[in-house]
Amino acid sequence: MANYTLQINNKNYRVDVEEDTPLLWVLRDNLGLVGTKYGCGIAQCGACTVHLNGIAVRSCVLPVSAIGTKKITTIEGLSANGEHPVQKAWSELDVPQCGYCQAGQMMTAAAFLSKNPKPSFEQIEEAMNGNICRCGTYHRIREAVALAATKRK
Amino acid sequence: MAGGGFLLSFRWTDALAAPLPESAAGEVSFNSYLSISPDNVITILSPNPEVGQNIKTSFPMIVAEELDADWKNVKVVQANLDTQKFNRQATAGSGAMQHSWDRLRKAGATARLMLMEAAAKRWNVSSATLTTENGFVWHKESGRKLNYGALATEAATVAVPTEVKFKEKKDYKLIGKPIHNVDNAEMIMGKPLYGLDVYRDGMLLAMIERPPFGTKIKSADVTAAKAMPGIVDVVVFKDKVAVLGKSTWQVTKARKLLKVEYEPDGAVESTTDHDRLMKQLLDKQDVKPSRKDGDVDAIFKTAAKVITREYQAPFLSHACMEPMNFFAHVRSDGVELIGPAQLPEDTRKNVAKLLGVELEKVTLEMTRMGGGFGRRQRSDYSMEAAELSSLLKAPVKVMWTREDDMRGGQYRPAMRYRFQAALDAEGNWIGYRMRGVGVNSGNSTRPDHFPAGAVPNFLVDSVDHKSPVTTSPWRAPSENFLGFAEQSFFDEIATAANRDPIEYRLSYLDKAQKTPVGAVKYDIDRMKGVIELVAEKSGWGKNKKVFQGFSAYFSHGSYIAQVAEIEMQNGNPVLRKMVAAVDCGVVVNLSGAYQQVKGGIIDGLGHALYGEVTLKEGVPDQKNFDTYRLIRMKEIPDVEVYFVDSAINPTGLGEPALPPAAAALANAFFKATGKRLYNQPFSKEEAMKGVNLGQSS
Repeated sequence: MANYTLQINNKNYRVDVEEDTPLLWVLRDNLGLVGTKYGCGIAQCGACTVHLNGIAVRSCVLPVSAIGTKKITTIEGLSANGEHPVQKAWSELDVPQCGYCQAGQMMTAAAFLSKNPKPSFEQIEEAMNGNICRCGTYHRIREAVALAATKRK
Repeated sequence: MAGGGFLLSFRWTDALAAPLPESAAGEVSFNSYLSISPDNVITILSPNPEVGQNIKTSFPMIVAEELDADWKNVKVVQANLDTQKFNRQATAGSGAMQHSWDRLRKAGATARLMLMEAAAKRWNVSSATLTTENGFVWHKESGRKLNYGALATEAATVAVPTEVKFKEKKDYKLIGKPIHNVDNAEMIMGKPLYGLDVYRDGMLLAMIERPPFGTKIKSADVTAAKAMPGIVDVVVFKDKVAVLGKSTWQVTKARKLLKVEYEPDGAVESTTDHDRLMKQLLDKQDVKPSRKDGDVDAIFKTAAKVITREYQAPFLSHACMEPMNFFAHVRSDGVELIGPAQLPEDTRKNVAKLLGVELEKVTLEMTRMGGGFGRRQRSDYSMEAAELSSLLKAPVKVMWTREDDMRGGQYRPAMRYRFQAALDAEGNWIGYRMRGVGVNSGNSTRPDHFPAGAVPNFLVDSVDHKSPVTTSPWRAPSENFLGFAEQSFFDEIATAANRDPIEYRLSYLDKAQKTPVGAVKYDIDRMKGVIELVAEKSGWGKNKKVFQGFSAYFSHGSYIAQVAEIEMQNGNPVLRKMVAAVDCGVVVNLSGAYQQVKGGIIDGLGHALYGEVTLKEGVPDQKNFDTYRLIRMKEIPDVEVYFVDSAINPTGLGEPALPPAAAALANAFFKATGKRLYNQPFSKEEAMKGVNLGQSS
């Protein structure tokens, strides 16, 4: 066990966990930030996607000891009240079915749009291809990413 | 560092799945579904389990429609299991809408009359002079109006009317509109909604090692696992080994140190055994027919042409994005259950029986589910939680990893079908024989499906092999593959008869209508309706540059026809588009309905292309999404959906779009390449070698 100070959603948290604990389980088990989901545990489905210094990463394979002082953003911290362009677009296009994968989808989309604010259709598909949606809401996800791009200031 | 001070005292109680809200002060209950508070909050309970079929939004819409409520003032609450108040709190067989349509309408319509009656008394006028609109009762003559909240307390004392008249479709304000998912606001914020999000103080997390199919524990050495940090206990029960601890990761690591040996306990089977067995069962003699019309043996002897084709499907994982999990707290005064269950009443019964407690002592709180697809109709995982909580005398949440879910779970039965058609010299279809076989597939046929009624000599039967491999319903049970097999075969018959498949199908539907043989249990006009609509919307046969494939299927009370469109790009067939025409009666929620059909088609295509679980001596080869491939965004075609404008009572929509999708694709693939697809996953078929259906130009 070791102590770590993590900067998550602009707040500091101190946790005492084993150094190889994936960030996903620190968020869920230790900090109650359960919006980040477990889907596969091997970085295949994208349900656990969070931002590390603004870059989308898979928290299920990211050991807490590797984070250091990097800033973490989870779905809970994407915006205060759901006003991030991606969240607004998701809501406006009524994207979720079961909804379980959608936090990961939105986190992937948000990080992508911050690097590529005016993406093409193909670039959206390329960026989102790593996130699985078993319900098959891909059409709406694709459309929502494009809509979110138009909402960014 | 940025941000405020340290947040140290996190408590699991802060992160509970959303509890039922406290009743608003003075809230008045009108019936099981509906209550209204004096400050005009309309609370509608949604009793059925939500797996993504959108029932939590669609059900309350129906109550609100007949109530004439203002949707903005409606608060939807997921009901817990309550057999006193509700009937059929189940997610199975796409049957919820058919079951509850009248009950929900009545709940809204009777309350509306009671509110009008209360207003009539208050204003001393006849209720016949009153109208309702958007949450108000109006007396138009005098210009007076009152909102429902202001009338609720008085209205609740009015006798519940026994007769109500429901609205006509033309007067609907909510039904048929694209109303957004009532959980959107919470989902986009990452709020705890799912079973896996349930945490309680003192709760133990449990992971369980389960035996390969057909085996039992020979020996279990748990010493090393038990000595790991954070591990509270390791328990051997019912040929399973549970590791319980305080954190998921510590449990995960300790579990790897278990040393468990297994020995056979019944048949230890492999996929090669199933392949052989299914072929044998296709030739089994003296099987009792499920349906028999005319004289099949005689007609096949004299036929000018006989076409025989076989189709095979593998086991599939349900692959719900949220793996199986359940919370249980067994106390001396009762049992608390929280989690994802498609059949919560079964879950409660099974847990009560397992623990030997009275049914009334078991409560069940339903969480939103990260998919279900039939898997969560079983109570195995909830019973595990209850048993462990009982043994450890602590609250327990059982969590299955993805590997547990895929290896030791429940599968769509593997199936194989043989179809035979007899044609006369003019190409008329005069005989039909079909047998379905499978592993724990039960009756894998639908004996009254088309061409029942249209082909005079008709025989359908089925045989299954009982296996220790656990199987369960998988989205559109049996039909998920039967739809493909049957609709592919019909395409071959039309081709053999040198006819256009749509024209050929319509001509036999005509025959079943005019000169039916035996009972016809599907609505021929509705079937023709969707076929004609899909032909029109897809521009069937008009664009010579694309290759189109057709399918049409009836299941769960709904009719769906589909056309797949393939375009050749540098010699590679690319699936460009799917067009679907749907008759599910009244469309309740247009936004949800579009997505059910689109998602069903994507799901049907994805699993037909890639899905497969194979076994070696009871152990599945596929363990996670790296080897069990699900369809991804770059692989999807465009999907267009058209609904028949209908006033018929609504029928199922969670399942019916899936079965015909793979056939439309396979039939288009044949047009484009001249090659047929018979076995799933298609990706392993010889004809698909080097083909990339999702490739863009």
